[in-house]
Amino acid sequence: MQQEVVLALLAKEPSQGSRLRARLNDALGPLGEAMNAGQIYVTLGRLEKAGLITLDDPGGAADRDRKVYSLTAMGQERVSEWLTEVSWPKPDLAEFHLKLIAAAAAGLADPVSIVDAQRRELLRQLRDVQRAAMDELEGSDAALLLEGIALRLQADLRWLQACEASWITRKRAR
Amino acid sequence: MTDNEQALLRTRRLSKQYGKDESLVRAVDEVDLAVGRGEAVAIMGPSGCGKSTLLHLLGGLDRPSDGELWLNGRRIDQLSERALAGLRRREVGFVFQAFHLMDELTARENVEIPALLDGRTPRQARRRALELLEQVGLTDRGDHLPAALSGGQRQRVAIARALVNEPLVLLADEPTGNLDSAATLEVLRLFGHLHAAGLTLVIVTHDERVGATADRLISMRDGALIDETRLTGGTRGSLTALFAKEG
Repeated sequence: MQQEVVLALLAKEPSQGSRLRARLNDALGPLGEAMNAGQIYVTLGRLEKAGLITLDDPGGAADRDRKVYSLTAMGQERVSEWLTEVSWPKPDLAEFHLKLIAAAAAGLADPVSIVDAQRRELLRQLRDVQRAAMDELEGSDAALLLEGIALRLQADLRWLQACEASWITRKRAR
Repeated sequence: MTDNEQALLRTRRLSKQYGKDESLVRAVDEVDLAVGRGEAVAIMGPSGCGKSTLLHLLGGLDRPSDGELWLNGRRIDQLSERALAGLRRREVGFVFQAFHLMDELTARENVEIPALLDGRTPRQARRRALELLEQVGLTDRGDHLPAALSGGQRQRVAIARALVNEPLVLLADEPTGNLDSAATLEVLRLFGHLHAAGLTLVIVTHDERVGATADRLISMRDGALIDETRLTGGTRGSLTALFAKEG
């Protein structure tokens, strides 16, 4: 879990860790199931150490679920910065691309079968995402996230189609 | 591979050609396909690969140039026009990209028409139409004209109409091609329910997100089936993996 995500959730109001986790679960839907319950406390601990958040009552509740965290001025600033950042996770297509080239060059495996196996795997992932999306209420936060993941998988599948066509052509040319 | 003996729909070297000599086009080229009872099969491929033509052949909307076609144990590629019309009315249901509803009739009347054409009384047709509108979640839209319905709702009316005479198989040609993401999910949910209730489905699509919801995904290129992927079974396990990647 990226630290800024937790930080930004605290921008609404000071909050307990359990409350933050519930909000994350709402936003992520079935994907939130992948989240480890303790993860958020690890992140909160790091943010506290970095001076970005503070415990409202440091000596108080011993139970971690009851501690209330809030943003420091530095934390506020970091959230504002993060909101304007345009970094974007990159899918690692180069690795797969190089796998095909290396396999073909060494004669180790047929690139077309590698593409095929990959395609099947992505189709199964897409099936799971679509099933999850069909279970979501229309307009829910999680439905929107699942739509994005499905569209990405669709793009990857289309690229694999291009890979397959290209490697079939090369095989015929040899 | 589906056991041929048990297949509801089966083709053997099914072919459709247009033109001749140099301008010969093999739109469907010796296709062997078996669709099991209760199975949901998606056929995908680039435009012009012959997938729609294949679907039209399967539903008797078009006649093959060669090969065999069997539905429910009966050979149907050589039926008379009259018998073929009966088959289209009773044994197969068709759903199209553009819905093809009659604009001047209400949703309920659109659903009733094939039942009336098949000789049901108006009362029977109405009862059946109301049942189906309930099944597709449009009970309160029966008196609306198509123009007053959303795209997803129109397609659900079209699906109800396709089911009115209790066909053996539902054939859908790009059923979500005119729909946005939310409406696509609406239609996929409905297909999911129908499939769970035992309906056999053949869906032609160019949308991987639709194809991935079938039991079996068949790829078609240049008139021939080139690959198939079985998608049944499995769990939600991969969602966890996806999240790890996203994070």
